[in-house]
Amino acid sequence: MKTTNKIITNINQVSVDQVGIGDRVSRITARSVKNEAKIQGLKMALNMIDLTTLEGADTVNKVKQLCYKGMHLHDAYPDLPTVAAICVYPNFVGLAKEQLKGSGINVASVATAFPSGNSSLEVKITDTKMALDAGADEVDMVISRGKFHQGEYNYVFDEIAKIKETCGKNVRLKTILETGELGSLDNVRKASDIAMYAGSDFIKTSTGKISPAATLPVTLVMLEAIKDYYYETGIQIGMKPAGGISNSKLALHYLMLVKETLGDKWLTNQWFRFGASSLANDILMQLEKQRTGNYQSKDYFSKD
Amino acid sequence: MYIGGKFPRTESGRYFTLKNAKGEEIANMCKGSRKDFRNAVVEARKAFEPWSNKTAYNRSQILYRIAEMLEGRKAQFIDELMQMGSTKKQADEEVFTSIDRLIYYAGWADKYQQISSSVNPVSGAFFNFTVLEPTGVVTAIAPEENGLIGLVSVIAPIIVSGNSCIVLASESKALCSVSFAEVINSSDVPGGVINILTGNAEELIPHFSTHMDVNSMLYCGDDKKSIQLIKENSAINLKRIVIKKDIDWMKDEAESPYFITKFTEVKTTWHPIEKIGASGSGY
Repeated sequence: MKTTNKIITNINQVSVDQVGIGDRVSRITARSVKNEAKIQGLKMALNMIDLTTLEGADTVNKVKQLCYKGMHLHDAYPDLPTVAAICVYPNFVGLAKEQLKGSGINVASVATAFPSGNSSLEVKITDTKMALDAGADEVDMVISRGKFHQGEYNYVFDEIAKIKETCGKNVRLKTILETGELGSLDNVRKASDIAMYAGSDFIKTSTGKISPAATLPVTLVMLEAIKDYYYETGIQIGMKPAGGISNSKLALHYLMLVKETLGDKWLTNQWFRFGASSLANDILMQLEKQRTGNYQSKDYFSKD
Repeated sequence: MYIGGKFPRTESGRYFTLKNAKGEEIANMCKGSRKDFRNAVVEARKAFEPWSNKTAYNRSQILYRIAEMLEGRKAQFIDELMQMGSTKKQADEEVFTSIDRLIYYAGWADKYQQISSSVNPVSGAFFNFTVLEPTGVVTAIAPEENGLIGLVSVIAPIIVSGNSCIVLASESKALCSVSFAEVINSSDVPGGVINILTGNAEELIPHFSTHMDVNSMLYCGDDKKSIQLIKENSAINLKRIVIKKDIDWMKDEAESPYFITKFTEVKTTWHPIEKIGASGSGY
């Protein structure tokens, strides 16, 4: 509790240099990566994808198909990596787990009344348990944005701590801040600090249901928070931008941002993930372009 | 250049200089690159579905509108053609023929289907229709010898059926391609349906013909090496290839409903009939 109070006090003094963040990001986006470095970066990005389907219209077959896609991204291209995880709603975890058996791909489940997070703690814990019982390797929770805006930081903190406790040591918890609803970079920083000190293994930008979802400036603020936390405690926290990252160039910009903010240690799917559904195909098209020399068409890549 | 309804400069930053008949410099034009082309294909692909879903009648109106806008600016086009070496008489004729040709194809918009489709006799209680559908994204190398009529004669028959296109304008007579893009831009043609690049054909043909997201390609000219290359490259994704050579673009031989159907695909479809034969009235 002592730490909580310390963070909460510090939190009110947070002030992010918005202009500095914008400037740093515009320097990153002005760069471009070519040839071998590009191919290497694209393969790395593929291997960091949490291939996601979070639709009301999800069906058993849709999830099966997505799992297949995760394991066989594009068989025409030799030696491609797989994605890092398949991300689904809790009721599909069992199915995904069974489909992915032996592939090394994790199953991530959203939980805690995703995407709004508007429910009681009991319901959220039950939701999380449902995912865990079905065998989820990772849980993606959402914070209570309403409580956050009301200044009830302790509530938000305790909730995250409780869900982490439910997950236990072996299941990694990704905490979604839903930065599109937080209003300012200062708030993004505050929420990041709360999430990390409360025990999250990953902090994640968005649910993908709110626009804007992940952006480079927001991601940079969160990466800086991770860096400070690492210096403070020695604990490494992962980062997952999610939503709206649909092209290869942007994915490479994210990787540059990670490398130059946190370093190589974070450049594995253990510590960095992309939450995305259409990014994989764009990367595959780019890789095929590099391999064959011809610009590609969506017609020749499986949808999911 | 005209890409996705906008007038970007080439991403490559390159340009080439146009000269008039006396050899004086008259303009610097963008020298389009493969990346400009790639961007144009993305725009054309986006534009294809909504454009092909418009009614034939609506596409017809839009083609008429292009003709009207061109007519309103004919003095400028005559002037530009003369700068590029035409006589007053030739320039007059080229602009008027261009306007007429747009109207010609506008008229065909809701008619070419009727003369090219069919109801086929089959044994069974079915209607069997054969209808035409637009091919998709079409690339075109416009004729080198004409600045305006070449562009018009290539673009109109491609887009009238619902295709979207990326056209490389004549390199030596590129001046009025930009003005023509302005005409298109103010004629209710949705952005991306017509994309016009300026630049060098030899440089761009390999990309025009290999791009996997291009469904058909038109080449106007008689360079044997280029034709050979286009044919070989098109095999990669089975592009429909149309080659036009030895055509006088100012003459009537350069317009035909068959130029429209070259850029369409045949679809045959079955539909059940409630009753057939003498037993009662069907439809």
